[in-house]
Amino acid sequence: MEEVNALLQGFGVALSPLNLLLMFVGVILGIIIGVLPGLGGANGVAILLPLTFSMAQQPGGTTSAIILLSCIYWGALFGGAITSILFNIPGEPWSVATTFDGHPLAQLGRAGSALTAAFTSSFFGALVAVIMITFLSPVVAGFALRFGPPEFFSVYLLTFCAFVGMSGGNAAKTIASMMIGFALAAVGLDSVTGTLRLTFGSTSLLKGFDFLIAVIGLFGIGEILETLEEGLAFKGASARINFKVVLETWKELPRYWATSLRSAAVGCFMGIVPGGATPASFMSYGLARRLSKDGNDFGSGKVEGVVAPETAAHAAGTSALLPMITLGVPGSPTAAVLLGGLLIWGLQPGPLLFVEKPDFVWGLIASMYLGNIAGLIVVLTCVPLFAAILRIPFSIIAPVIIVICAIGAYTVHNSMFDVYLMVAFGVLGYAFKKLGYPLAPMVLALVLGDRAEENFRNAIKGSQGDLTVFFSNGLVGGLTSFALLLLFWPLIRAGWRVVLGKS
Amino acid sequence: MRNFTDRDWRRTAALTLFAAAAVPVQAFAAWEPTKTVEFVVPAGTGGGADQMARVVQGIIAKNKLMKQPMVVINKAGGAGAEGFLDVKESKGDAHKIIITLSNLFTTPLATHTPFNWRDLTPVQMMALDNFVLWVNAETPYKTPKEYLDAVKAGGGKFKMGGTGSKQEDQIITVAIEKQTGAKFTYISYRGGGEVAVQLVGKHVDSTVNNPIEAVAQWRAGSLRPLCVFDGKRMPYKTKITKTMSWYDIPTCKDTGLDVEYLMLRGIFMPGGVTAEQVEYYVDLLKKVRATPDWTSFLETGAFNQTTLSGKEYETWVAREEARHIMLMKEAGFLAR
Repeated sequence: MEEVNALLQGFGVALSPLNLLLMFVGVILGIIIGVLPGLGGANGVAILLPLTFSMAQQPGGTTSAIILLSCIYWGALFGGAITSILFNIPGEPWSVATTFDGHPLAQLGRAGSALTAAFTSSFFGALVAVIMITFLSPVVAGFALRFGPPEFFSVYLLTFCAFVGMSGGNAAKTIASMMIGFALAAVGLDSVTGTLRLTFGSTSLLKGFDFLIAVIGLFGIGEILETLEEGLAFKGASARINFKVVLETWKELPRYWATSLRSAAVGCFMGIVPGGATPASFMSYGLARRLSKDGNDFGSGKVEGVVAPETAAHAAGTSALLPMITLGVPGSPTAAVLLGGLLIWGLQPGPLLFVEKPDFVWGLIASMYLGNIAGLIVVLTCVPLFAAILRIPFSIIAPVIIVICAIGAYTVHNSMFDVYLMVAFGVLGYAFKKLGYPLAPMVLALVLGDRAEENFRNAIKGSQGDLTVFFSNGLVGGLTSFALLLLFWPLIRAGWRVVLGKS
Repeated sequence: MRNFTDRDWRRTAALTLFAAAAVPVQAFAAWEPTKTVEFVVPAGTGGGADQMARVVQGIIAKNKLMKQPMVVINKAGGAGAEGFLDVKESKGDAHKIIITLSNLFTTPLATHTPFNWRDLTPVQMMALDNFVLWVNAETPYKTPKEYLDAVKAGGGKFKMGGTGSKQEDQIITVAIEKQTGAKFTYISYRGGGEVAVQLVGKHVDSTVNNPIEAVAQWRAGSLRPLCVFDGKRMPYKTKITKTMSWYDIPTCKDTGLDVEYLMLRGIFMPGGVTAEQVEYYVDLLKKVRATPDWTSFLETGAFNQTTLSGKEYETWVAREEARHIMLMKEAGFLAR
């Protein structure tokens, strides 16, 4: 029970009045950053990093500094869900999957329930991840070392396979949508050969199509265009805005315990690997859809469809800090900035950090518990406030949303070209909806396409062209087999029924 | 009448005062930024260039070395081309500076992106980043020769991990191949920390990580440094592991592997700026380099402490460009 002692000491460090204040400041800043699309957690942390430079010089200051920065991160994880649910605009990449059921819930007038479910499951996911970090970090950190290019590819393959067929509609349209996503992901620098692809000599296309800009356009602008067509009526205006809705939703949540636990496990796994919070949220949503009793109704406004991605995203986001601390490998863009921060403050993340700076590490872990509690309190008390936004007439809120979207798209790369791109994606998103093409496969291919490709090619390069590398050990073989099983499951099941029927 | 005179007098006085105030400002006082200065990083957040930029920004803010604020902006697209093109297009804008890494030379050569360092104004070389040949500590190789003999015998089975493609890590790899006749399979990753961990996990056989990227794994006993690609040993004699300091790592040349490579960490401004404006930043960065925070940062990253400015810096950059053209040509990395 060494860990418990160390943790209690950590609480001692984290609970100083200054650190508590920083915690709330960080969480509130983070929520604001999370709500604004484009201004991601990574940007927010990077902007505040130089401020912490002098803070870190005081005794115990590095702990205060990391508490402030990591709480911005927790805040951003919570905040990303708010606009996803209310306006169908994901504030952060990992809340894209939250829009699938979160926004339909808001349209049914259940925005309060969706928000409460999102926040509570976020908290649950983070809690599971922190408990794992507290007790299992040495074991788990070693696990991440087993991941090379073939293993990473099999993880991405699993994400795709868990998700394929989730639209439930026309299979050809799903494939078309996914292929457009892959094509868009291929634009820009090819990281394996170091040459430019599909840029047609345009310097604006050098940086490729950023996932965030595509998502702001496809979902946010696309949604607004559709609402305009339907006559400016903002569905969900009848949202109840008293606090009771939180308690009622809490009563409903224990029903989804299986989804919660599974999603937390998926999230922790993806955080440690590190595969990232965004794929974790997609994979978890895909799995929940297949394994849940109400799976077929996902997408029409199911609370369970909010629970799955939010739990996984927050669990992954939290456990992503473990490879950062123990290996110096960032599990997410925000963790990458935090990592830079540690180095600037003169701390060396790595296997020895736990031994040499226990105060710092355990202070950080304690702040993960406290920061998430602080975050939950802040966001839950604001649920009625957020839900009330839906009562503002659409003719007033729509221009505001468009302006926020434009600012968000601009912020990603400080580039005006991206704002035009966002509008183009908005039109594309509208066309997709009208023609019955699913957006989700395209978004998934756009976010994971180049990573999957890069790891596939590196794996093949390393094995001298031998495809059996994807079955070369138990870990990668198991992941690949599981992925293929998920992919062909409908066929296998159909085949099984035929066999049974005939016999 | 009296009113008139009064007004005339005031006007004259005002004009005189204005002239008296304005002329010396333009003629004698040094140039200073009048709005926020953008510090462009042509690489992602968390990498080596980004860290250095944020340390510089932090030191300036902490010691109040500049009246206007400074913001760091990452423009990493197209292997840094996004950032370089942005600065190139800001001709004459003295409120923008950029930190460079080797992609200043490699990116336009490998991708045909239309820019060259001559589009920019060299300000100050802050330091040079070292490269070290690392292997997993569980392997038997104690010297570069032992390792490279094994690579030769392996016939391309040995994997070298590095950051990016056709960038500095792969250039060094090709230079080793040319020098020794050994053959590697080069595997590219997104960041230096990731590369170091892939070596710990034995997914690659060696790396040429910068010191700061691999130091944590070295101290934990997972990695072993074989040699440093500099002409002289790193000057830092504080023990990093129980038995070794950075100084104890031999140079590759001394061990018979005649490859030298250092990476520029330098500051540039857009083209078309005045000598005064350049002077301002040279002076500002001199103050940055005089702080203890900077000294400790250089030690943490085991940097080569060479600094240059003005004409010497320009000559150095021109020479380095010529060398990169040669290296990239030999490696077959030039864009067709």
